[in-house]
Amino acid sequence: MSTLTQPAGPPAPAASGPFLSVRDLYVRFATEDGVVKAVDDLSFDLERGRTLGIVGESGSGKSVTNLAVLGLHSPNYTTITGEILLDGDELTGAREKDLEKLRGNKMAMIFQDPLTSLSPYYTVGRQIAEPFVKHTGASKREGRRRAIEMLEKVGIPQPTLRVDDYPHQFSGGMRQRAMIAMALVCNPSLLIADEPTTALDVTVQAQILDLLKDLQQEFGSAIILITHDLGVVANTADELLVMYAGRAVERGTVKEILTEPHHPYTWGLLGSMPRLTASVEEPLTPIPGTPPSLLAPPSGCPFHPRCGFVSEVGGTRCQDERPTLAPGRAAACHLSPEQKHTLFTEQIKPRLG
Amino acid sequence: MLRFLFRRSLGAIVILLIISAFTFFLFFAAPRDPALLACGKNCTPDAIAVIHKNLGLDKPVPVQYWLFMSGIVTGRDFAVGHCPAPCFGYSFANNDPVWDTILDRFPTTVSLTIGAAAVFLTAGVGTGMIAAWKQGRLIDKIFSSSSLVLSSMQIYFVGPIVLALLVYNLGWFGQPKYVPITDDPVGWFLGLIIPWFVLSLIFTAQYTRMARSSMIEQLQEDHVRTARAKGMTSRTVFFRYAWRGSLIPIVTIFGIDLGSLFGGAMITEYTFALPGLGTLAVKSVQNTDLPMVMGVMLFAATFIILLNIVVDACYAFIDPRVRLS
Amino acid sequence: MSAPEDALVPAPRPAAAGPGEVLLTARGLTKHFPIMAGFPFKRRVGAVQAVDGIDLTVHSGETFGLVGESGCGKSTTGRLLTRLLEPTAGSITYRDRDITHAGRKELAPVRSEIQMIFQDPYSSLNPRQTVGTIIGGPMEINGIDPEGGREHRVRELLEIVGLNPEHYNRFPHEFSGGQRQRIGVARALALEPKLIVADEPVSALDVSIQAQVVNLLQELQRELNIAFLFIAHDLAIVRHFSQRVAVMYLGKIVEVGDRDSIYQRPRHPYTHALLSAVPEARLLDAQEEADDRERIRLAGDVPSPINPPSGCRFRTRCWKARDKCAAEEPPLVQITGSVGGHLTACHFPEEPTTAARDEDIVLDPALAAIEDAVPGPAAADEGS
Repeated sequence: MSTLTQPAGPPAPAASGPFLSVRDLYVRFATEDGVVKAVDDLSFDLERGRTLGIVGESGSGKSVTNLAVLGLHSPNYTTITGEILLDGDELTGAREKDLEKLRGNKMAMIFQDPLTSLSPYYTVGRQIAEPFVKHTGASKREGRRRAIEMLEKVGIPQPTLRVDDYPHQFSGGMRQRAMIAMALVCNPSLLIADEPTTALDVTVQAQILDLLKDLQQEFGSAIILITHDLGVVANTADELLVMYAGRAVERGTVKEILTEPHHPYTWGLLGSMPRLTASVEEPLTPIPGTPPSLLAPPSGCPFHPRCGFVSEVGGTRCQDERPTLAPGRAAACHLSPEQKHTLFTEQIKPRLG
Repeated sequence: MLRFLFRRSLGAIVILLIISAFTFFLFFAAPRDPALLACGKNCTPDAIAVIHKNLGLDKPVPVQYWLFMSGIVTGRDFAVGHCPAPCFGYSFANNDPVWDTILDRFPTTVSLTIGAAAVFLTAGVGTGMIAAWKQGRLIDKIFSSSSLVLSSMQIYFVGPIVLALLVYNLGWFGQPKYVPITDDPVGWFLGLIIPWFVLSLIFTAQYTRMARSSMIEQLQEDHVRTARAKGMTSRTVFFRYAWRGSLIPIVTIFGIDLGSLFGGAMITEYTFALPGLGTLAVKSVQNTDLPMVMGVMLFAATFIILLNIVVDACYAFIDPRVRLS
Repeated sequence: MSAPEDALVPAPRPAAAGPGEVLLTARGLTKHFPIMAGFPFKRRVGAVQAVDGIDLTVHSGETFGLVGESGCGKSTTGRLLTRLLEPTAGSITYRDRDITHAGRKELAPVRSEIQMIFQDPYSSLNPRQTVGTIIGGPMEINGIDPEGGREHRVRELLEIVGLNPEHYNRFPHEFSGGQRQRIGVARALALEPKLIVADEPVSALDVSIQAQVVNLLQELQRELNIAFLFIAHDLAIVRHFSQRVAVMYLGKIVEVGDRDSIYQRPRHPYTHALLSAVPEARLLDAQEEADDRERIRLAGDVPSPINPPSGCRFRTRCWKARDKCAAEEPPLVQITGSVGGHLTACHFPEEPTTAARDEDIVLDPALAAIEDAVPGPAAADEGS
């Protein structure tokens, strides 16, 4: 793991290393009740044109991580350490001015609720054109033309008319399309989608996920897709990062993880979700207990209070020693690879079959 | 928009009718005879009866009310001659036509209230925004704590102090007075500067606190975060995205505050002896001068209602959701 | 759940409600919310046709699932059946008693038998009341004095729903989302209801907690023989929980039937499209790709219920729509090839199998345009 900081002065060569590289990231919030360890030693990489799915429940740190990538946390209450390298540029500790030039331009973000995430006071067209005008120096007229072009691309009917509408005149699905148009208006190389379909209906969700996938083909952006729903990433992402209590607990390609997941938490997630094809006679196998407080996360492995396999590891290792997440395909768990394989094939897989 | 104005005007007339009836009947509930004032020192029951007849006080109260109200619309004939519409009658105290007196006094009150409103809206919202912009910094703490102190500074307390200090002691300003703006704009401004300051002080403090909290609330909004996420500078985010939303509660409170602004103006006029509607109202109440009380009351109410319609129309300019639904 | 057995068996149950007996019937149930406008006197200028003439029957002890997208009227239906709302037309019968327009007094005995669980465990519990008051409230209002006293019963209920009886005096904010939903369940159980209307009971909860609550509800149903009307937008949860399922679209039931029949042999194009749109994570075999299901992508969103399309309401988004669909409203009937009790409202129903089709249907103009211009993932793979 490199801990190099970029030398000041000449811009770093672009091609070395992955397109986005997050290393040893810690995000902490100071609150009245104490320090919230929202993200705790997180590392991941992402290449251009690939989609990384980050899956976790509320409080797992998945959104916090990505707001940190964009530098959107208030510095008054937040401490961020570690490295975030975008195309060779260090983003942690970067000046607000430099980040402003990157946001909406090289990296863009789509939020969960398109109703509250678009300003009610300005027309959709103006909100889409704004980053384009700012980052490319285009005129307002060109911005408007670009907004219409983007609206057409994301499938808004009659874009020349709808460009002058306000967000509240759009339906939910159309608002999220407008949001996507706004995020893609400057052809960003990195697109972060934070629960982009959670507020939408099933049929609209499918449209939006397909749209993101298709637009990625066209624009070649790297996408980070944050969601609580493994189903959403199953058909959309290439790689997967499972987060729990601010830490990454499992990493791999979607194919690898859905063929043989390694971490008991991932097993628990899969067992919690009813599926359209599973037997209905089989009861769900929920994860017992509740997610931990990040003010005082459990010692050792943060999942140990809810894990059913602590005794398999033996001793008090799960309580005392924090499991690390090796690079590549890996799970942060004290079970040995053989144990994981045996437990999965003998106990987990038959139940999820 | 026309529909909106039509609807609001109709509502306004209903409100004015209720206010007028309430004032009128309340007046007669008071155990004082207006005729005593006109009667003078050597008053006999006969003289009072004559005055009652002259003033129309011998008729039943509802009839008097009807005559008064219809006079506003159609004009009215008195012993002294015809009083053209809008006729509020003649003062019981000095027989001046009420309408003319009000028109004479009105510019003072308007100058005072509108001027003070301009001062506290700019100063209050301005300092509130600066405090929100520098949230948690020294300047925010200074503004926030001083607004807390100033919001308890009542006019009748601050007024005399300011007068004593700035006018009589230091002599920086002349005695507050009203000069019509058409005669002498500079004199108008200089004469009213102290009343404006005194009247707006307490409001400024309140609007500072309100603007600050409203702004801070807006900065937490999702769409403000979106604006930052698309690379807008913090200045743009603050003054374009957050600012607009923060105006809505301010406009709402301003509409509610119009009444107390008028109340404050009355006290201010009284404090500085300015010849406005406020001093007129106080005097007429003391004199049991029914037509004058009714006239001032209805006039002020109409003015407040009109301003409220303007305030409501402002929503449409600020928020497109109001405009289009 | 470690509750003692006797706690699970409530006081002697009237013998009338045997298994399979009809508990609740709705016929032509309609709710139009009027839209008032105009001046000086407001008058009705239109109506939100939230629920428009639906028929349904819930038998004792069964779970009837109601599924659909936002604005389809499923929540309104739940509120009509519990009579939190007054129906515009149609009738509701509870155990041979017409409660369509029943007043407060007449409803009182029925209210205790029909309970409701709400979606949001945060806003549906009074933050100023203790858990004991919240759960005991319904008993107090209905003047029920269980054996051993109300407090004893409340502690029993807490144990039944998997909470610590010691938490009797705590306030809702001291509990997590999942635990609050358990409090909501305990409150619903307090009056020993025959029917629970559960409106999106788990959709506000985290995935790992959802399963806990679903399992709890299932256990309660088995042990206490309570009928459920289970309202949700999540097709997989509805399937897991319900024996019979109705699919709603814009205020109408478009398809209803036994679970397996609906999910394996949907006949209505909308049901079919819904099922194909559900994103699903399932374990893969070594050679399998995640995305091998057929794909139906509808265009646009659900139209406004203020001005629903004529004829078949789904026709504006349907790939099979023809002139007949605009002119004639399809009746909800059993069509050839469906099993008994499987009713579909469609002029041109699907084949009674999903496996028959292999072609994707993409109605979304943007998707179609991009996919025409850029070689799709499959084509790209072949090229490389």
